[in-house]
Amino acid sequence: MPAEQNNTAKTYFWNDEKTRAILYQIVTAVFVAFIGYYLISNVQTNMEKQSIASGFGFIEKEAAFEIGESLIEYSAADTYGRALLVGVLNTLKVSLIGMILTTILGTFIGVCTLSSNWLISKFGTLYVELFQNIPVLLQLFFFYALFYEIFPPPRQALNPITGVFITNRGIDFPVPASDPVWGYIGLAFVAACIVIWLVYRWAVKRQERSGQQFPTFWVGLGILLGLPLLTWVVNGAPTEMDVPVLKGFNFQGGRNISPEFSALLIGLVLYTASFIAQIVRAGIQSISHGQTEAAMSIGLKPGLVLKLVIFPQALRVIVPPLTSQLLNLTKNSSLAVAIGYPDFVQVAGTTINQTGQAVEGVAMMMLVYLTFSLLTSAFMNWYNKKIKLVER
Amino acid sequence: MAETTHIEEIKPPVTDVGVIGWLRQHLFNGLFNSIATILILGFLVKVMPQFIQWALIDSVWFTSGQACHQAEGACWSVITQNIRFTVFGYFPYEHQWRPLVAMIILVGMLVYSREWSRWNKRLGYAWIFSLFVMGLLMKGGLFGLVPVESTKWSGLPLTLLLSFFGILASYPLGVVLALGRQSQMPIIKALCVVYIEMIRGVPLITMLFMSSVMFPLFLPEGVTIDKVLRAQAAIILFTAAYIAEVVRGGLQAMDRGQYEAAESLGLNYFQMMRMIILPQALKIVIPPTVGILISAFKDTSLVVIIALYDILNTTKSILSEPEWTGFSTEAYMFIAMIYYICCFSMSQYSRRIEKQLEYKHTPNQEEKPS
Repeated sequence: MPAEQNNTAKTYFWNDEKTRAILYQIVTAVFVAFIGYYLISNVQTNMEKQSIASGFGFIEKEAAFEIGESLIEYSAADTYGRALLVGVLNTLKVSLIGMILTTILGTFIGVCTLSSNWLISKFGTLYVELFQNIPVLLQLFFFYALFYEIFPPPRQALNPITGVFITNRGIDFPVPASDPVWGYIGLAFVAACIVIWLVYRWAVKRQERSGQQFPTFWVGLGILLGLPLLTWVVNGAPTEMDVPVLKGFNFQGGRNISPEFSALLIGLVLYTASFIAQIVRAGIQSISHGQTEAAMSIGLKPGLVLKLVIFPQALRVIVPPLTSQLLNLTKNSSLAVAIGYPDFVQVAGTTINQTGQAVEGVAMMMLVYLTFSLLTSAFMNWYNKKIKLVER
Repeated sequence: MAETTHIEEIKPPVTDVGVIGWLRQHLFNGLFNSIATILILGFLVKVMPQFIQWALIDSVWFTSGQACHQAEGACWSVITQNIRFTVFGYFPYEHQWRPLVAMIILVGMLVYSREWSRWNKRLGYAWIFSLFVMGLLMKGGLFGLVPVESTKWSGLPLTLLLSFFGILASYPLGVVLALGRQSQMPIIKALCVVYIEMIRGVPLITMLFMSSVMFPLFLPEGVTIDKVLRAQAAIILFTAAYIAEVVRGGLQAMDRGQYEAAESLGLNYFQMMRMIILPQALKIVIPPTVGILISAFKDTSLVVIIALYDILNTTKSILSEPEWTGFSTEAYMFIAMIYYICCFSMSQYSRRIEKQLEYKHTPNQEEKPS
């Protein structure tokens, strides 16, 4: 229309919203690019001046530092690459164990805060208030100090259960003496899990078809315990244990959990559990009481009410914030550097100190943790899709 | 007329009311709860006397470290004898009244500003003035005050400084980032998304490492920025990303009609955000925002790792002296108490604000014709 053309002709281009938007963006992009260029050129000149190498060539070089504990073979003669891998594995180790323990403890405390027993619910609330309001680093220092100050040296080791010793060098406990049987039992365990899954699927299908129920839980438990036990008996039932024994100034034999690892694990688990408790409580409270009443009125037993009605619905509220708390635990495990547990940040920090290649080192730290969080959010998206309410 | 007979009122059984009723209802309802109650009480009876014995009866309060090592109970002397170093760290001893006055001003101003009705222009000027005075007290160099290097700032003043400015600066930055993420302009949106997600994906330690070892390389030759300021910047940049996500939640929760109504009034983008959207959006996210601010406060303790002497690190360095080794439990309990009081009062304050803001709504609702 000519009238409209007239109208646009009157508008100056800087008053046009779209043009302005493009202009803003160009200005921002140029600004950011300029800052980026400026910083990078500074880094280059600085690194040349201080004769620091650039690039990731150092990964191939000899690391020349020892690492206190490692899941794979490592010595100071190995490369930086391998040292960093040890660090990643140590981070994963403490995070995975911590995630499992903190989920259990957090759920327990969360249920406690909802208890009808006044003492239990007050205990739960007190726990949450206390652990949430104290920095996790302080808690780590506290637990680490417990080990090296309060716990006795190996000669006066605390011995709470036969064979288990708590000293300022960590926790020593017996493990079964090495024997191929234990490998077979592990395989039997995996096999049992697969069989249980198949039985479960068959039972669900049968119930859908015929309405008959199958005692999946008890049969599953039987298989889970029975199959490894059978393997053990068939292979001659070895009972020899590798028990820690005091020799000189330290314990030999058995398995040792270092004080650093223990303190880190305890601190992270207790701290994160206080947040998980709150999430679990909110999740359970979000289910209206009508759901319980309706489930009971159709004749479900209390256990089944929880399992079939409350829990699946509460889980939908609980899982997303729970995942982010578990990710927080992984990120907080980087505080290991403060108490000397060789996690990834600690190893990368040592690498930076030795090679001087701060940019690459920090970039690798960020990359590793970004990978963890991307994996976590991928899981979240998958889970959210899976449990989304199917609306009819 | 029907005859009314007086029926005697039956009181509830003694076991259902009063102390016994309460006990039955809250502690002994059912077998499981009864057992749990007895177990917990038994545990408390066993542990509490021991703890009281250790913490209060056998404890020593104002002795030297040697006397502490001989004492049976807790050694609170580790706190009382070293209180000045714990709190003020390496700030020159004879000038430690200066950070003390600065902290009193800060806390006083915060306490005074807690009521929203007191917020006016004069309070704003008062804040600017007191910030100037605090800076002067810390830095010195004017009016006959001896200048003190910022590397000497430590202890509680450093903790409060890092958290106060961390919170103050990260909030507006976070709001800007959130608006950027909601923006229609693809480049701005992409920049904000990348920034927010990247920061949220890494631990604060990597940011602190970046500030301490990587950032000096970014600067042109001859320019140095002091360590405290770099750590401060890292904390601000880190917290801002988290605030941005929370604020985005608030923006998304806003009704589309609010935007449309604002636009139909002829408000431009900035007017719309300032007068219509942000006041409502920021209000609904107060609880999670305070959560973030509390964790920012707790996270300032991480500067220990880049060797800044905040209150946690001054405590640690006292504990590393031979005279005071072995009393970590007592010292850390004291520091934990300080953090607890600060965090707890912050969360209590947020609950109060929530209530106040809810209350503001009611007059408008009453005006509506029912």
